[in-house]
Amino acid sequence: MATLTRPPEDDAAPAEIEGSAVRRGDRVFRGLALYAGIGVLVVMGAIAVFLVWRSIPSLTSNSVNFFTYQEWFPDDNPPTFGIAALAFGTFMTAIIAMIIAVPIGIGAALFIAYYAPRRLAATMAFIMDVLAAVPSIIFGLWGLQFLMPNMFGLTEWMNDYLGFIPIFENTQGIYTKSIFIASVVLAIMILPTMSAITREVFTQVPQAHREAALALGATRWEMIRVAVFPFSRPGMISGAMLALGRALGETIAVALILSALFTINWHITEPGGNTFAANIALKWNESGPNGLSALVASGLVLFVITMVVNMTARWIIARRAEFSGANS
Amino acid sequence: MGSEGQAPVKLSVQSAVGAAAEGKVEAQRVHEVSAPSRAKRMDLNGVNIYYGKFLAVEGVNLPIEPRAVTAFIGPSGCGKSTVLRTLNRMHEVIPGAYVTGEVLLDGQDIYASNVDPVNVRRTVGMVFQRPNPFPTMSIYDNVIAGLKLEKGRRIRKSETDVVVERSLRGANLWNEVKDRLKAPGAGLSGGQQQRLCIARAIAVEPEVLLMDEPASALDPISTLAIEDLVHELKTEFTIVIVTHNMQQAARVSDTTAFYNLAGIGQPGKLIEYGPTQEIFSSPREKQTEDYISGRFG
Repeated sequence: MATLTRPPEDDAAPAEIEGSAVRRGDRVFRGLALYAGIGVLVVMGAIAVFLVWRSIPSLTSNSVNFFTYQEWFPDDNPPTFGIAALAFGTFMTAIIAMIIAVPIGIGAALFIAYYAPRRLAATMAFIMDVLAAVPSIIFGLWGLQFLMPNMFGLTEWMNDYLGFIPIFENTQGIYTKSIFIASVVLAIMILPTMSAITREVFTQVPQAHREAALALGATRWEMIRVAVFPFSRPGMISGAMLALGRALGETIAVALILSALFTINWHITEPGGNTFAANIALKWNESGPNGLSALVASGLVLFVITMVVNMTARWIIARRAEFSGANS
Repeated sequence: MGSEGQAPVKLSVQSAVGAAAEGKVEAQRVHEVSAPSRAKRMDLNGVNIYYGKFLAVEGVNLPIEPRAVTAFIGPSGCGKSTVLRTLNRMHEVIPGAYVTGEVLLDGQDIYASNVDPVNVRRTVGMVFQRPNPFPTMSIYDNVIAGLKLEKGRRIRKSETDVVVERSLRGANLWNEVKDRLKAPGAGLSGGQQQRLCIARAIAVEPEVLLMDEPASALDPISTLAIEDLVHELKTEFTIVIVTHNMQQAARVSDTTAFYNLAGIGQPGKLIEYGPTQEIFSSPREKQTEDYISGRFG
């Protein structure tokens, strides 16, 4: 035993590597990250609980089918209201906006990333970022005051030459305050979002992949098709989903432009249409208790729709994760 | 090392690809499906390479023989990779880069105004330092990526099947991946990825194959596999290989070209070239001798 007893002066050496495996900085940071993560979940849960709780009174009082009824009279007796027209208007404006904005956004991003001279590219990227930060009320005013009066030519032309396709037909001869104009304004609003994100992912495609394509004899467009698009696909989908989220939830610009009518009208150049968000904004101050509850119920539907859209996007991205390039 | 010099002998007695596949029973089909060798020679006459105003490489005069391996050696920054990238106009990818002088492919200047760099790159293939298979594509799709560019999407499956097998056999990868051609190319090991890139390059049947330090990111076993492959490929292609590893140059090449630069900011120069045996045993220039004997670089 005597050999195992160390002299006291040797105690200093092992002490240098002794100590707790967890340092204070790590513990504090771990705690902060944990509570931040929990906080996000709590807020999400609280919103969902609030929406469900506040919508129950109106939903139980409703005397018609909430999902298929088009009109909105929640404060009548008996209350009759439904989201069919709201859902139609929301999806129609968002889809048309996406059809316009996604190709243009990707094209602009490609131009900035791979075609434009460096100085022009930097300027354009800056302007795109500024455009993304313009408040939506400005877009709404601009759409109402400038765009709408100046779009008669286009919408009339669509009626005259494309009118055989039902959605372009205009039976009223009135071309203002339509779903189509709201969609164009929405498209312009989501364009910078779409473009800024896709530009970012385009420029992050590794040089090695682009050179691999060029060395095989790819033209610039083929290089983009073979190396840039596949690598950027998850980022492009994320950008499109963020843009779609903004389009679905956009309130004030749409509320300004649409003439709120609770009917499903497939003639998109005619006045009319309404969306969840715009309807909540327009109706909130003139609603009784049941009306407020009904608006919350429509908000709950919008909340669920945006969640479904985002989850679908994540599923699309995850489906081909092993081919994503994240492991190279 | 012992096998060096044997490949040209085989070439004289049987078909070019036959030599590559010799001794491999399962490779018999290769004889039937591969095209005859189209290897071409290249000549550099008074080539100066610029990045903007900066003269990176000066005054290169170098013949590159067909169906042989030419190795570029030299210290870092001497311009050997830059010269390699001028051989298929890949250096033009960097903005502001240009070349003066002549780069001839079987007598035709690839920098002539009526030459499309895209066509040059289809004729002169390239393998890079780091394996760069397309991460979103399967092994199969990686191999036929170049073919799809050339012939468009309307290409028959039976046709691509043949090309995939021939190219993967040519790159000595077929036996390792034949059961998982639909798996992602990025899931292979580094050495397999590099051979996949070689298969992708030879699938379009180029006439010249450029390799920019193809084994520098690989372990010794994979390096050996690549070197063996270079040996086999030279019966069919003109190969130019850049390497930092002088033993590798000695093992794989027939001709060696040594580049050096006088100092930082000075242009790189081709110091001398000649049969690899001579360059490594009795170089004419003092700086070549210093470099290959390990005194600098």
